[in-house]
Amino acid sequence: MTSAVLRRIAPARAVPTTLHPAYALALSRISLSFGGIHALREVSFQVAEGEIRAVIGPNGAGKSSVLNVISGLYQADSGSLVLGAQVFEHVSPQALANLGVARTFQNLALFPSLSVAANIAAGLTFQRKAWAISQVFRLPNARAENRTIADQVAEIAARLNLTPHLDRTVSTLSYGLQKRVELARALVARPKLLLLDEPMAGMTATEKAEMAGYIRAARDTTGLSVILIEHDIGVVMGLSDRVAVLDYGSKIADGTSAEVQRDPGVIRAYLGQEAA
Amino acid sequence: MMDWFGFLFLIEVTIGGLLSGVMYALVAIGFVLIYKTSGVLNFAQGAMVLFAALTFVSLVEAGVPFVFALIISAAIMVALGFAIERTVLRPLANRSPMTLFMATLGLSYIIEGAAQIIWGTEVHRLDLGISNAPFQVAGVFISTFDLVAAAIAGVLVASLTAFFRWTRTGLAFRAVADDQFAALAVGLRLDRTWATVWAAAGIVALVAGLLWGARLGVQFSLSLIVLKALPVLVLGGFDSVLGAIVAGLAIGATEKLAEVYLGPFVGGGIEGWFAYVVALLVLLIRPSGLFGQKLVERF
Amino acid sequence: MSAIVDTPPQTQNYLRHWPLVAVLLAAFIGVPAFAPVYVLEAILLPFLALALAGVGLNLLTGYGGQVSLGSAAFMAVGAFAAYNIQLRLALALPVTILLSALTAATVGLIFGLPSLRLRGFYLAVSTLAAQFFVQWALTKFGWFSNYSPSGVISAPGLTLFGYSLDSTTSRYLLALTLVTLITLGVWAFTNGPLGNDLIAIRDNETAAQIIGVPVLKTKLVAFAVSSAIIGVAGFLWAFTYLRTVEPAGFDLDRSFDILFIIIIGGLATLRGAFLGAGLIVVFPLLLSRLSALAFGGMIDSGVLELVQRIILGSLIIAFLIVEPNGLAAILDRVKRGFARTF
Repeated sequence: MTSAVLRRIAPARAVPTTLHPAYALALSRISLSFGGIHALREVSFQVAEGEIRAVIGPNGAGKSSVLNVISGLYQADSGSLVLGAQVFEHVSPQALANLGVARTFQNLALFPSLSVAANIAAGLTFQRKAWAISQVFRLPNARAENRTIADQVAEIAARLNLTPHLDRTVSTLSYGLQKRVELARALVARPKLLLLDEPMAGMTATEKAEMAGYIRAARDTTGLSVILIEHDIGVVMGLSDRVAVLDYGSKIADGTSAEVQRDPGVIRAYLGQEAA
Repeated sequence: MMDWFGFLFLIEVTIGGLLSGVMYALVAIGFVLIYKTSGVLNFAQGAMVLFAALTFVSLVEAGVPFVFALIISAAIMVALGFAIERTVLRPLANRSPMTLFMATLGLSYIIEGAAQIIWGTEVHRLDLGISNAPFQVAGVFISTFDLVAAAIAGVLVASLTAFFRWTRTGLAFRAVADDQFAALAVGLRLDRTWATVWAAAGIVALVAGLLWGARLGVQFSLSLIVLKALPVLVLGGFDSVLGAIVAGLAIGATEKLAEVYLGPFVGGGIEGWFAYVVALLVLLIRPSGLFGQKLVERF
Repeated sequence: MSAIVDTPPQTQNYLRHWPLVAVLLAAFIGVPAFAPVYVLEAILLPFLALALAGVGLNLLTGYGGQVSLGSAAFMAVGAFAAYNIQLRLALALPVTILLSALTAATVGLIFGLPSLRLRGFYLAVSTLAAQFFVQWALTKFGWFSNYSPSGVISAPGLTLFGYSLDSTTSRYLLALTLVTLITLGVWAFTNGPLGNDLIAIRDNETAAQIIGVPVLKTKLVAFAVSSAIIGVAGFLWAFTYLRTVEPAGFDLDRSFDILFIIIIGGLATLRGAFLGAGLIVVFPLLLSRLSALAFGGMIDSGVLELVQRIILGSLIIAFLIVEPNGLAAILDRVKRGFARTF
């Protein structure tokens, strides 16, 4: 059973050392304001396939707004998005799952009353085909569907070391575990693009290293692309291929971690005029 | 299409509706007070109106002079407010707004039951000494009572606004309404603020109860009628006094107009549900009501 | 228990559910054989109808998190639909019941549409629109009550496959069968991925939307199914218990009764609806018996009703403060205590 499941995963492939020409996502001059506040000013950036892209910047720089625009929670005032092969001016949140996009939230958006297994399984709801009636009467097609989903949940839980917790109610878990469950829920849908909003906030150093490991492993085994918002610069630099830096809604630097660390504009934004 | 008399009649109905809308707004303001400061939708506000009116009327019927009855009723409503804060709100302090709403459902049952056990279930006449004689303005009949009621409501709103703007307690109310945690952090006593708010809502309930009671007689159905304040809130936003006033006027007017002009086609009785359906329809177009603040959710 | 893991082998399943089986046996066989008619008429019939209404409302409010203050309106729709279908179409009983359920579901869908955009208090207020409008429409338009002058119709007798269902026992068995079947259906629904979808939407609608849970469809299905069940409960209330059909019996107080049933019984639990309904039905009877004993019938029924109101309100507040998970949680604790001592 497990080997059949494993065969369905894309074969592991090496991380590309040069930018792959195909983009998983391209943002083109996205602008967004709330009342008088410009959250994003003409932000453009691209994410290549299989790339881990970090977005960093001081608080209020607009990082979460980028994710929220991509996931359709905020509507951009102008600019467009290319996701996969389609161009969007506005993404609708319901369309995300079918577009192969999954995300986690800064403040945890799990379903507290449900078990870990049910939370992760919820990530696959969009693939369910059996009708309500079949579920109610436990018809064979519904049961088969449930079994397939259960297998996928078990497999992702094993990869993220969540198996002992599958039956526990999510609200009883520690914060770090909950964050991992949210990651599992995002990964179970085998997304092509993963949006992570501060997935390591509030974690210890060990937990952060583990989390970084899970993210990297997911990219290595499935070739998905990741956009990662994170404040811990050490984690960001070690994990990501390229980094974009936002400040007051504009992108002020974009490049590899080394390049970005040396950029005077970035230093100024983080440390102030004098340090530059 | 419509002759001069018909037009005058339309104006009359509209004005009458507007004035009863003022009364709805009065009840709605009580809701807004509590919602603004504690996020609780106090379903028991109607019961409080009934309770206040019954208290006053029974005191007057027992021979207590008007002014004393007023003061005593006000004191009782204040005490009620404090009691509610102590026994219901404090134990439920950190619970969801829906839980608190359901608690106020229970509260409404208790207050209604208690009011009628203590003072009986008959209808009481309430005479506030305001004449109900209609007078004419440019050929349109306006009820004196309604006008005086509107004036009283206006004074109440003005004093509340002044209170919120210029007194310390009023400032505390606004702080708590804005952000409970921040208010706590600055050292404001939440429980005292809430107790005061509920007491203030109680006074508003008293004024509303007296005016409505004088209009319709003090009886159990009073609490049902004031339920009409809920669509007013929905339209005007749960946290806006201005919204409550405008929406109250709008609902009062449209309801009256609908009853008079549409009612005959369907056998009357529209007033029972029209306000709710209007609110429903508005909500379908603007989910946060006409004046409600559009919450910007932070993700 | 993980909802999506395959159920364990059959034998283990049945053994686990023996208390339920025992209760069902007692209900189907024991009660008709041994219980006095009074118990059936005054306690069990209203209990079954109200419990079913609680099951229906719980689906929407407990599992789905959408507060509805208009459940009595849907009971009325079910009752009047059944009356009119039987009167004008004279269909077989099962078909009548199904059609009234569908009618209630349709009305529920219409008044449930606002829930697609509204949450919390706004939704609660919009359900009041259903409550007042439906009551008014059923009273105003004589067609619904076949132009009966008093507006009160006595429910016509029920027949199933030629057998008259007028006797207390047969009405009881009809109600019991319907309630059992529907409850089983709801259990199957909530104990699976659909139930989880509903709970997910209740817990965090935005997240549910983003991961691809069909939010709109699920909400509407919840409203429709819930209203259908409540409609059948209304049919039971009017046809098996009261034997009259009138709009006044489906007023705002009745809606509150059902809401109180699921709050006191325990939101998002099936047994909660039954426990709550039991309390609501038995409590007034107990109270009048007690007052007769203690005060020798000096207290008139009007006062008793008011006292009931006060106690009910206090119970709600007490439960919300002390045991927000209702009687169901208390029952669980008792069962655990029992299991420990044996």
